[in-house]
Amino acid sequence: MHKIISKKKLAPKIIRFTVEAPEIASSRKPGQFIVLREGEKSERLPFTIVDSDSEAGTIDLIIQEAGYSTLSLCALEEGDFITDILGPLGKPTDIKNYGTVVCVGGGVGTAVIYPIVKGMREAGNHVITLNGARNKELIILEEELKEVSDELIISTDDGSYGVAGFGSTILQGILEEGRKIDCVVAIGPVMMMRAVAEVTRPYEIETIVSLNAIMIDGTGMCGGCRVTVGGEVKFACVDGPEFDAHLVDFEELITRAGYYRKEEQCQMKKLADQLEQEKA
Amino acid sequence: MAEQSQKRSRRKKKERIPRQSMPVRLPEVRNKDFDEVPLGYTPEMAQIEAQRCLQCAEPKCVEGCPVHIKIPEFIQLIVDGEFSAAAKKIKENNTLPAVCGRVCPQEEQCEQVCILGKIDMPVAIGRLERFAADYEREHGETEIPAAAPATGKKVAVVGSGPSGLTVAYELLLKGHSVTVFEALHKLGGVLVYGIPEFRLPKKIVASEIETIENMGAEIKLNVLIGKTKTVDQLLDEDGFDAVFLGTGAGLPMFLNLPGESLNGICSANEFLTRVNLMKAYREDYVTPVKVGKKVAVIGAGNVAMDSARSALRVSGGESEVSIIYRRSREEMPARGEEIEHAEEEGIIFNLLTNPVRFIGDEKGYVKAIECVQMELGEPDDSGRRRPIPIEGSEHIVEADTVIVALGTRPRTFISTTTPDLETSRWGTFIAEEGTGATSKPGVFAGGDIVTGSATVILAMGAGREAAKAIDEYLQG
Repeated sequence: MHKIISKKKLAPKIIRFTVEAPEIASSRKPGQFIVLREGEKSERLPFTIVDSDSEAGTIDLIIQEAGYSTLSLCALEEGDFITDILGPLGKPTDIKNYGTVVCVGGGVGTAVIYPIVKGMREAGNHVITLNGARNKELIILEEELKEVSDELIISTDDGSYGVAGFGSTILQGILEEGRKIDCVVAIGPVMMMRAVAEVTRPYEIETIVSLNAIMIDGTGMCGGCRVTVGGEVKFACVDGPEFDAHLVDFEELITRAGYYRKEEQCQMKKLADQLEQEKA
Repeated sequence: MAEQSQKRSRRKKKERIPRQSMPVRLPEVRNKDFDEVPLGYTPEMAQIEAQRCLQCAEPKCVEGCPVHIKIPEFIQLIVDGEFSAAAKKIKENNTLPAVCGRVCPQEEQCEQVCILGKIDMPVAIGRLERFAADYEREHGETEIPAAAPATGKKVAVVGSGPSGLTVAYELLLKGHSVTVFEALHKLGGVLVYGIPEFRLPKKIVASEIETIENMGAEIKLNVLIGKTKTVDQLLDEDGFDAVFLGTGAGLPMFLNLPGESLNGICSANEFLTRVNLMKAYREDYVTPVKVGKKVAVIGAGNVAMDSARSALRVSGGESEVSIIYRRSREEMPARGEEIEHAEEEGIIFNLLTNPVRFIGDEKGYVKAIECVQMELGEPDDSGRRRPIPIEGSEHIVEADTVIVALGTRPRTFISTTTPDLETSRWGTFIAEEGTGATSKPGVFAGGDIVTGSATVILAMGAGREAAKAIDEYLQG
């Protein structure tokens, strides 16, 4: 059992939790994730570790309400417990001194990019962070990212805050200015990661993406998270979650991510009906 | 002389009792739910069956058993009506009798060498084992075995499948302190995520595991050794005197054919984990599972049978479920009983058929498998006749769900983080036969992680041997 130490609402439907998990806190590295199970009848779900405090024995998770299980998780309060947390899983980000690194975080992917930005800076890189979301309300971690980035550019799709546009187009602009970029890390919606991969491809810049595939155990047992990378089948949980963006088959990733959409909608409807009944 | 002829006549009389069949639920009823298929002997049936045992002076069955259960002795206790005593006799050698009575391939082990089998059917040792264990549990007569005085030695058992549980039990008996590390959220390994409820009810597994917990094992769930902490950390920082690695073979193999990542194609591990561990077939659990109208299971081992029969049940008996296998019935690796049960329940067998590629629809979902017909040639390395494709025999098998059940390989969390642990080129740990000692002092291994995918009882046999060796190592 893992106690929730603090809960903070970062944006509509986006919650940051600090949770007790001492062994994970002391062994995790940037880019790694955990698999959690809220209660006895819940699903096992993967979430990237945003930050940790090995002295306090806690890890931070940022969870967006996107379906039945995340809705239920986001309803938990300080002092509540999460039944199971397994980790740290996956390979850590290959953090080293590349020179200049651009980190592109989109939406809740910004939560995943944060520890990488921090790690890259600590490794001596000049880090340019592009933090984007659909609108002003959904921008998260602005202050935290400012602290660990050399340059921070905020963007919104609708122009309600920062620069109007997508992370990929801003990156395009940076490259067209002729700035020398040695590595790009992009984490967020699959469409954004695919767009970034296309922007950097002609420049032959090493580009890393973190894939959030469907998985059960997170330890290489189910194979549900298989992705095709450079024509080879890989398991996102043990071979990843980070891969070379120029080799990932994004089309397949998008199709596979939608496999349980109908079941998810059914569960959501059941939950909505239940809430409706409770009201009545 | 007189004594001898009397013995002979007693032998004759016993031979006349036919092997008692075990009641089984009707196929058309059971293929829609997850309740157990065989119902077990009644005490009367068990006693009749037990009387068939010849009580051989040098019992072959004991040698045929990987954990050397005292078979004639426990059977005699059943004859005498001492059912719980029979269970306790079995437990002297076997930690999980209710499990083994259900899933052991007795026909290849104890029952295969039963002398009675030479002239008649062998004694139904497995069914009797199951009966004794069930009787003891159902009558609340399970006792926590007394352990030797505490030795002060600490052992880490990594993995809680059949081998790990056996090692834990044996070492607790010897008075050592045992901590079991399990990566999943539940103890039992393949017994809980792999083998389905209708073949091995989870409450029976839970009850046998409870004994080990009650004996004082410390349980650490959700710890992945090699990730959460390393084997070296267990030895150097956490103060364990020895480590047993029973991590199994968990990585599912795929066919590596075009289209294998289409939606609707999954590993047997994924399908069975969703159904068994995550209880996806139950309304009150959140994890989803999908079964289409036409399900194809590729492979013909026990896991393939489990997958096919589970898929049929998830569909409420509605889907058409077939096994696709490249050899013939004779070479199928599954137990005869499992194949028969599958067939009775309506599973279709597409034999001498080999997938070539998977065909998807415009949305990326599998809709068919292109297969080729095979014929059998000369025996290969495995001793089985090699399947050879028949030219021009390509044909389409419709399928909207495909479950790949081709076996599993070891994972690498421990081998990649423990430099002085020798592994084979298949990724299994190299361990000394009879002791399980690895190349790293104080570290022992057993079960699928050493042998590659095998059976529950072989893993338990390896666990017993390793426990003995660990005990000697700790004493030494």
